[in-house]
Amino acid sequence: MRLPNFLRLSPKWAPYVFISPFLILFAVFGVFPLCFSLYLAFQSWEPTGGLKAMEYVGLDNFRFALRDAWFWKALRNTLWLAIASGVPQHLVALPLAAFIHTSFKRLRDGVIAVYFLPYITSTVAIAIMFNALFSQDYGLINAALAQLFGMSHVDWLHDVARIKPAIAFIVFWRYVGFNTVLYLAAMQTIPGELYEAATLDGAGRWRQFFHITLPGIKPMIFFGVTLSVIGGLQLFEEPFILTGGKGGPQQSAMTSAVYLFREAFDFNDFGGASAMSWLLFVVVALLTWITNLAFRTRKGLA
Amino acid sequence: MSAAVDVVPAIGREGAATRGARWIAYLVVAIGALFMLAPFWFMFVFATHSRSEIFNLPPPIWFGDDLVRNFKLLTERIPFWHNLGWSIYVAAMATALTLLFCSMAGYAFALMEFRFKKPLFGLVMATMLLPSFMNMIPTFMIMDALGWIDQQRALYVPGAASAFGIFLMRQFAATAVPRELIESARMDGCGEFSIYWRIVLPLMKPALGTLALITFITSWNNFINPLIVMRSLPNYTLPLALRSLQSTMNTEWGALMCGSAIATIPLIVLFAITSRQLIAGLTAGAVK
Repeated sequence: MRLPNFLRLSPKWAPYVFISPFLILFAVFGVFPLCFSLYLAFQSWEPTGGLKAMEYVGLDNFRFALRDAWFWKALRNTLWLAIASGVPQHLVALPLAAFIHTSFKRLRDGVIAVYFLPYITSTVAIAIMFNALFSQDYGLINAALAQLFGMSHVDWLHDVARIKPAIAFIVFWRYVGFNTVLYLAAMQTIPGELYEAATLDGAGRWRQFFHITLPGIKPMIFFGVTLSVIGGLQLFEEPFILTGGKGGPQQSAMTSAVYLFREAFDFNDFGGASAMSWLLFVVVALLTWITNLAFRTRKGLA
Repeated sequence: MSAAVDVVPAIGREGAATRGARWIAYLVVAIGALFMLAPFWFMFVFATHSRSEIFNLPPPIWFGDDLVRNFKLLTERIPFWHNLGWSIYVAAMATALTLLFCSMAGYAFALMEFRFKKPLFGLVMATMLLPSFMNMIPTFMIMDALGWIDQQRALYVPGAASAFGIFLMRQFAATAVPRELIESARMDGCGEFSIYWRIVLPLMKPALGTLALITFITSWNNFINPLIVMRSLPNYTLPLALRSLQSTMNTEWGALMCGSAIATIPLIVLFAITSRQLIAGLTAGAVK
């Protein structure tokens, strides 16, 4: 079927027509709201007052955030959780990927799928699942700890000192498989001759791991760690659901993202929450940059 | 990621020591796998037990006979069928829109020339690294301004401009769609839309499949966006409805587990069929 000429799209205009639906959505729901939140960070505003109730307050929102004890507490909680869940993820994922890489052939896809499963499961289902497993008197985790180590029952989710480790554990469980898959993908790109040559030279498995595998997947380690830093600092769903949206006893599991949410939707301070989100953005950017730096200097030395 | 490249180190003439190491590897990986699967097992087992049985000591580790009772309880507490329906509807709409818009734009970015192409693509990619909390307040505000609060379109329209989708489509189109094919089709008088619809789209099928899977699963699991824009229980998607069950006093754990299991089963089935394609897609950004 041929369209009449005036309806036919000329190749000159075609690209603009093809990108426009995407671009319009991107502008309306991506770029514009982001710019607006920067504007809002300098305003005092409650959504109930309507747009007219907005008032320019200069840097007040930022000053408030930087003096706010909860802001700092949430940031400390976030960093704690990012480290406590992130570091073990990589320490376990690396050897695990090496084990799977060297010892599994036929079962490999199945094994990978099992480790990857938590990553694609809904956070709500995961949080509900672990809520039951971590429950104080009758939870399975306490029952197991009592059986194995004779530990007395711990109120994981309502104890100021225990809730963070419990959440870190869940985050670890959820993302360790994702990192394993990343490392496995990188290991598959290392040429097999390197290992054969090393074996001929009498290098054992350990030396091969440290001298061939690790250097070979270094870019991926950098990538994986960067993802963990960015992901860890925006942790929201697990602590939010496990603490009923409040942040836990004495805000002990309130991450920055959870506080941001509460500041806006519980306390109705949209200007303050916007200022906080930009402050946190700076923290994330800074830490990503530091990660980048750490990897680059070591590369330079090697 | 090509799993086809098997470069397992020489393990032909292995000694007793290496064989031992291999068995240790099997053991470690197997224990780890149990550790990954155990929570799912208990979710399914608990879904078939009553609240009091779940909190027996020791807790049940095999299926009980309260599945039907739990499901009835679930449908009494939340408008389950509504919530399930909305979850399916939103995920389907999100997938359809994302595939259409991202394939069109990805094709243009890969194979056409236009002004500001490079900076525009750079800008889109930069938003991929933006922390999700940056979007919480702006999302609410724009939905409020549009009057989309408590409406499902607030859940599937914005996501259709997916930076990841553009990235995936562009990468794939650049390698899978030959420029000459398009040029010669144009010479033969084929219109731009039919080139896209009859030549480009069929060639992009594998990438479209991957993007469809990822979009569907992301939408199915999405919690933050519904949390921010949805207001009434009958309009909730399943994850949000399940959470509302949990926050009431005297949580009915059996019913809650039953609901979680129902929300998880479609994912597990989908994943079992497509795990290889899905994993390759989700790690595509890393490997390329």
